This record gives sequence, structure tokens and C-alpha cells, in this order.
Amino acid sequence: MIPELGHFALWLALGVAVALASVPMLGAARGRADWMAIARPAAGLQFALVAFAFGCLIAAFVGNDFSVFYVAANSNTSLPTHYRVAAVWGGHEGSMLLWLLMLTGWAFAVARFSRHLPAPVLARILSVMGVLSVGFLLFLLLTSNPFDRLPNPPLDGRDLNPLLQDPGMVFHPPMLYMGYVGLSVAFSFAVAALIGGNLDTTWARWTRPWTTVAWIFLTIGIAMGSGWAYYELGWGGWWFWDPVENASFMPWLVATALIHSLAVTEKRGSFKSWTVLLAILAFSLSLLGTFLVRSGVLSSVHAFATDPKRGLFILAFLVFVIGASLALYAWRAPKVGLGARFEWVSRETFLLANNVLLMAACGAVLLGTLYPLLLDALGMGKISVGPPYFDTVFVPLMAPLIFLIGVGPLARWKHAELPQLWRRLRWALGAAIVASLLTNWLRGHLGIVSTLGLAMAFWIVAALGVDLLDRLRPNGIVRTGLLHRARQIPRAMVGMMVAHLGIAVFIFGVTLVKSGEVERDVKMDVGDTTEVLGYTFTFRGVESLPGPNYRAAQGTLEVTREGKPVTTLRPEKRNFPVTGSTMTEAAIDAGFSRDLYVSLGEPLAGKAWIVRVYVKPFIDWIWGGCLMMAFGGFLAATDRRYRAKVRATQGATDAKVIA
Amino acid sequence: MKPRHKRLAIAGGIVCAVGIAVALVLNAFQSNLVFFYSPTQVAEHEAPAGRSFRLGGLVESGTVKRDGVHVSFIVTDTSKSVPVRYEGILPDLFKEGKGVVAQGQLQDGVFVAREVLAKHDENYMPPEAAEALKRAQQGKLANTMAKEGAR
Repeated sequence: MIPELGHFALWLALGVAVALASVPMLGAARGRADWMAIARPAAGLQFALVAFAFGCLIAAFVGNDFSVFYVAANSNTSLPTHYRVAAVWGGHEGSMLLWLLMLTGWAFAVARFSRHLPAPVLARILSVMGVLSVGFLLFLLLTSNPFDRLPNPPLDGRDLNPLLQDPGMVFHPPMLYMGYVGLSVAFSFAVAALIGGNLDTTWARWTRPWTTVAWIFLTIGIAMGSGWAYYELGWGGWWFWDPVENASFMPWLVATALIHSLAVTEKRGSFKSWTVLLAILAFSLSLLGTFLVRSGVLSSVHAFATDPKRGLFILAFLVFVIGASLALYAWRAPKVGLGARFEWVSRETFLLANNVLLMAACGAVLLGTLYPLLLDALGMGKISVGPPYFDTVFVPLMAPLIFLIGVGPLARWKHAELPQLWRRLRWALGAAIVASLLTNWLRGHLGIVSTLGLAMAFWIVAALGVDLLDRLRPNGIVRTGLLHRARQIPRAMVGMMVAHLGIAVFIFGVTLVKSGEVERDVKMDVGDTTEVLGYTFTFRGVESLPGPNYRAAQGTLEVTREGKPVTTLRPEKRNFPVTGSTMTEAAIDAGFSRDLYVSLGEPLAGKAWIVRVYVKPFIDWIWGGCLMMAFGGFLAATDRRYRAKVRATQGATDAKVIA
Repeated sequence: MKPRHKRLAIAGGIVCAVGIAVALVLNAFQSNLVFFYSPTQVAEHEAPAGRSFRLGGLVESGTVKRDGVHVSFIVTDTSKSVPVRYEGILPDLFKEGKGVVAQGQLQDGVFVAREVLAKHDENYMPPEAAEALKRAQQGKLANTMAKEGAR
């Protein structure tokens, strides 16, 4: 019964979505306030119905209802309850339902928090989001219904892929989807503005916090995916340039460009049409990502069993959304205008360069991801583009961008002076070079690439320091206190500094991992030791242990440094009887300055095993840097000038309630 | 500087940046394309010598030999086969009789793999491996394999 209710709720949601997609839009065109007023309640109802359907699917999973095909294919009675919930998005149908839940959730959030927007603008925005949910609801109902029943239900399910039975599965997909789908808000704002023809700086101010919030989720989602791959896949890499990773990275690059270009549009009114184009592209790339992942054209960890009908549907929808929005752009953008003028040494120019570099990087990733698919589709042979391609292209494109991170924030809007910039930044440049050489000398590793990497990280820190000092230094007759001046810095500015510092931390981590990591696959018998970077690993053998739905072979390795015990690592090899598959569970001792990473390879004759023993210096800084970027985004999105709006409207409603 | 000159300068800057990016990309692209070959193609000397490529097919049953960290096995597409040497830990889902894709170079008739690619579950056959089988058997055998894999 419950699955039928869920299925029914989805059909109802489709009805509501169709109404949302059409009525408020027509209302905005004809100036009918009553038609436009439908938008907000419809967005709420649509979210409630989809959430209800999602709840039904969770109930089917938790209650082990194997008469539902999707549950039977992705769950099992022996699966722990929290993984049964996570198994909801462990396959194609459920993850599309999650995607839909996020989409309607974002629409609901826009309806809830954007009351201060003029009615026609809000009506158009929600209508555009309605069009998107119509597309995805149709996709779900016509090609991938998660509530399909089996005529002869099996006694037990086929179980969730053991690779996915991990806490990462509980958080990574929802986070990533929040980010992916969150870009639909910026997209809808852009399309609505194109339709309405009112693209001004207030438009940019409304769009900014939404874009930043989506970007935060995307950043965290990607970082979590990377961390998950690092500890779960068992070979200690943190980024593989896998097509699916690229599919999430491309929207991130464009969204990053969008955040910066929105800043120019809000502050200076320039870059208007470019910003709109970026908003369209960012969401188009998340749709493309969905298509790549869900259509099964890729062979990767994320590809599910496929049905060509699905790929075709998403492709058609992709073409419709991108085609329609770009056509609209071509038609309306000339009216938008270019906005305010600026000198060619100015913060605008630096931000433009930032955008160009980010887009070039995105283009390079796109080429490397799509070209093999294209060749294959044309029957011109199978090729693959390896990580070396992405590394060689990416680093030279990012280096000037990193340089600009230092210069941009110090340059004035509209017109800046190069000599003045040089005066303010020369010490930063010198300090960065000295610090990087010193660091490399101290750790006894003098490579050109790693010195450059470190110099980039220190350059960001030093330039930020100059910026901060200038802001804190009293420069008038009124000498206010340091604390007071620190408080004067707008929160958004602090957010930018934190995010940029996050990039420095990230680069620092990447450089030290790439240049300093040691990976060793060794054959170890009981009592054998191996030494890596000063750490001595002693193998104490493997014993068999039962788990909730698997049996584990657990190894024990004692780690000492200069005779003193550091830690004991217990990597596992898990065998899942239901799927008959084996999983490697690495043991990691995470530390501020290094990770000790051990995983079991294969058993050899006797009690010996092949063991992976890795020491990865500063690897946690990579994810730490990503979290700092996300936190910086959080600070920027909660800046007072966005909150003031909300508080004002809330005050008004409160007043009404009291009255 | 006049506005027109400024715009020209910016446009020129963008063109330069894009040009450099394109040059970088194409150069890196050319040297990092990895082509795929089936054991039959390798046997017919179609695969390049001294350049890395991907080899796909089935791991022939009973051919996996391990000596410490050194492994050797034979990859077949059921009509021709290629001996493979690898050093290190094989992925969890590497099994005799199952599909595999390896990346590496030919050295004196032996494929020295730098990387053996993991499949992610039991039911999954790497498309490259499936392709190689299909080409070798004109579909017939590959179908039964795919079915076996699906079961």
C-alpha cells in the first residue's frame, strides 16, 4: 500500500508542477496578481508531495518490502538500518527521486525566503523551477519509477553494493545533489530575468546568496566524495580525474566563476550578460553531469545498470533546457546591456581574467571528458584520457589564477594603479618565495614543481596578510581600536579571505602530498617490519572477525617511530556473502602533518599477506582547505546586507501577526 | 587609453589566453591519449610498441600466478591471448574468468601493466572488455558472458 501512495503522490506532484510551470508565468505576462499568487503555495505543495513520496520509499526500505523491485535490487534484511535508508539513493531510481526532492526543496526555499521579491519576478522564478520539476517528474514516472512492484517478490533482497556501505554514502550524495540542484536557483533567476527583461544590480544581489549556498554544498559534496574515495577504494588516491568526478568538478568551476562575476554585477553593474550566461552554463553542466552519470555512457564507480530509454530522455531534456535557455539568452541578452565601464587595470579586469581562466579550465576538463565518448559514439575506436592530461593542462591554467587571487582583492574597482599595486605586493611576493624555499630546504626536498606549488600557497597567504593589514591600520586622525577596525570589515569580505586562505591550505596539502608521499606494496609475514619515512610498521598477522552482514579478515600492524609506539592499525578485507564480493577497508591514522595509511592486499602462502603501506604528508590539508572554502562561502552568504532584507520582511509579518 | 583601445586590449588578452590554453590542451591531449586494443589486435601487431595502451578481455582461468608482489596472468578474448605481468596489489574484483582492463606497455611480447583497472561490482563487465569479446566472437559468446555476468 505504502509504495502505491508514494507513486500516487508523484503523479499529484506532476499535476502541481504543471500548474506551477504555467499559471504564474502567464500571470506575470498578463499582470494577473491572482495567477502569480499561486506560485508560492504550489511550490510548497509540490515539495510536500515529493517529500511524502520520498518518505514512502524510505519506509519501503526500512520495512524490507521486497515486493518493490527497487528495494529488492538494492537492500537486504541483514543490511543495518542506517544503510537501508542510504540505500534509497544507492541506485538509479532512488537517486533521481533524491534529485527531485532537492529540486522541489530549493523551489520551496526560494518561495519561503524570497517574499521581498516583486511578485512577477518571484512568479517567473518559481515557474522556471516548475518547468524543471515537470521534466524530472516525467523522467521518473515514465522511465524510472522507484515504486514498481515485482509479481513474485523474492524472500530477500540483492543487497546494496558493499562499496556503498559506508558513512560516506549517507552524506556524500545528498550534499553533492544539494549543490548540483542548487545551481538551478541561479539558473531560474537568470532565465526569469531574461524573460522579464529586468536585469539590474538588485537582481545580482538576490542571486548571490543562493548561488553561494549552492556552491558551498557542491564544494563540500566534492570534498566528501574525494575523501570517501581516499579511504574506501583502498589505494590511497584522492582525485582520479574520473569522468564522474569531472562531471561534478565542471559545474563547480563555472559556479566559482559565477560567484565572482556576480560580485562585479552587484557592485559595479558590469558583466551583466556574461553573468547570466554563466548562470545558465553552470546548471547546464550539472544537467550534463546527470546525463553522463545516469545514462551509463561512462564506465565508472558511479554508473548504474542502464536502459537506453533513460539516457535518451535525459539527453532530450538536456537539449531542451540548454537549447531553450541559450536561445532565450541570444534573443534577450542584447537588451541587457554591458553595464558600467572600467579601466583596464582594475578589479573588474582581474575578475574577468579569473572568469576566463576558470572557463578555460572547465573547457579543458570538458574536452578530456567528452572526447572519448564522442569517438566511441562515432565508432572511431575506444580511447581514454588519463590523469596526466588533466594534470599537465590544469596546473598551468591555475597558476595565473592563483597569482590573481593575491592581486585582485587589493585592486580598486574601476581604476587601479599598477605601481601602487606593486608597492603593496612586492613584500608579499618576496616573502612567498623565501618561505617556499625555506620550507623545502627544511624538509630536504628541492624540486622546482614543489617549490612553485609552495610559493603559490604562501603568495596567497602573504597577499591576504597585506590586505588585512591595510584594513586594520588606522589611517586618519581618529585612531580607533584594532578590535573595532576588525569588526568594521564586512562579513562577506572576511568570507572571501577565509575561502582564499582555504585555497592556500589546499595547494599546500596537494604540493606536499604529491612531492612527499611514499607508497609501498610489500610482502609481509607475521613479525616482518617495513620502514617508511621514519615510521616502522610491524605486521602482527590476520584474524577472522564477524561483522553485521560480512566476515572480515582483520590485520594488525603496529607502528613505531624511533622506538616509541605511535599507533596500531587494523585494516580489513571484508567478504559479503549476499553479493559474494570482497571489499578492502583501509586503516588510517590521520594526523595534522601526515596520514599513515595501511590496507590489505592479498593473502599469500602461509600467513603472509601483501600489504599496502603509505605515508601521506599533509594530505588532510586538502580537505581542510575545501572545508575552509565552504566556510568562507557560508560567511559570505550570511552577510548582513542579505540578512537585513529577511529580517525586515520577517518583522513586517510579525507585526501583522500581532496586529 | 580610449575605451575602444581598452576593449581591444581586453579582447586581445582573452584571445591570447584562450590561444595558450588551446595549445596547452591539444599538446597534452596528444601525448596522453590512451588507445584500447583487444588481444586479437595485439596478436596482429596493431598495438603500438613503446607507447602505453589499454588491453581488455577475460582473465584466463588457471593462469594467475603470484610470487610476492609480482603477478602474471593471461588476458584472452577467446580467440587470441596476451600474457600480462603486473607488480602490486590487484583490485578486489579481479578474478579468473572475469573481465579485466589493464593499462601498460608491450615488452618482448609480454604486456607489462602499470595499472589494472577495478570493476566495481560482480555484475559489471568493463565495456572495453565486453567490446573485445564481442569483436572476437561476433556477439554470440559475449551475450552468454553478459548473461552469466548478470546472474
